[in-house]
Amino acid sequence: MKVDRRNFLKLAGGGSALALLAGSGLLPRLAWAVDAPLHALAPGDDRKEFEAHTLDELVKALGGTGAQASTHIDLSAPEIAENGAVVPIEIQSKLPNTRMIAVVCENNPNALTAAFHLPDGTEPYISMRMKLAETAKVTALVQTDQGFFYTDRMVKVTLGGCGG
Amino acid sequence: MPDPTKIRATVNGDVVEVKMLMSHPEATGLATDSAGKLKLTGTPHYIKTVTVACNGRNVLSGDWGPAVSKNPFLTLRFKGGKQGDKITVTWHDSAGESRTDEATIS
Repeated sequence: MKVDRRNFLKLAGGGSALALLAGSGLLPRLAWAVDAPLHALAPGDDRKEFEAHTLDELVKALGGTGAQASTHIDLSAPEIAENGAVVPIEIQSKLPNTRMIAVVCENNPNALTAAFHLPDGTEPYISMRMKLAETAKVTALVQTDQGFFYTDRMVKVTLGGCGG
Repeated sequence: MPDPTKIRATVNGDVVEVKMLMSHPEATGLATDSAGKLKLTGTPHYIKTVTVACNGRNVLSGDWGPAVSKNPFLTLRFKGGKQGDKITVTWHDSAGESRTDEATIS
């Protein structure tokens, strides 16, 4: 077959499109799939809620079916955190009968940071400090007698806080 | 033995606010390699459970993972406490260590 200019371009174009596909979409996803089971828990820690990597997985591990977005949860976090190792988080739930407040970040090796169980008489309020691996959405997950609710907020991190 | 937890509990109206600062390395065991990827290089060492009680009545229990910051700082508010009541903070970590500290509400 005579390779003329038109055919050559077609071939080259097809090839590079494939390379682009592999480079942008497929390959990093494969690499991530290999990295994903990064098990950042101590040996002997088999609490399954801490193995979740997404909010959905976490809600299921906590015995729920799904979480609804809610405007009745106040989540304060800095817009820009200079140091990802110490990010102050404040959560106040205005939902009645709040039983649990959890701090979640899907981009961290373990999505769940901390879960607080609140007995009767304890205010639905928590203030703490967490680590963020990278710029990410921080989620406040609240469990009431009506189910799971969440609200989230982007926090920009200039220095990641995982390697420590 | 880790340093004691610093606890400050104050009454504000009918609500008691407890602030505590635990002394703990909260190590993730992770480090970034030369390629910028996170790798598990050491043994994670972090607090797994925290419980706070007022005169023996549980007011908070927390399940924690490795993403809590070093020397964890925590604030909680509860009703039904008064001046002179005893606040007890206990934590257990992934290495099997634990610590219990007390303070009175002022």
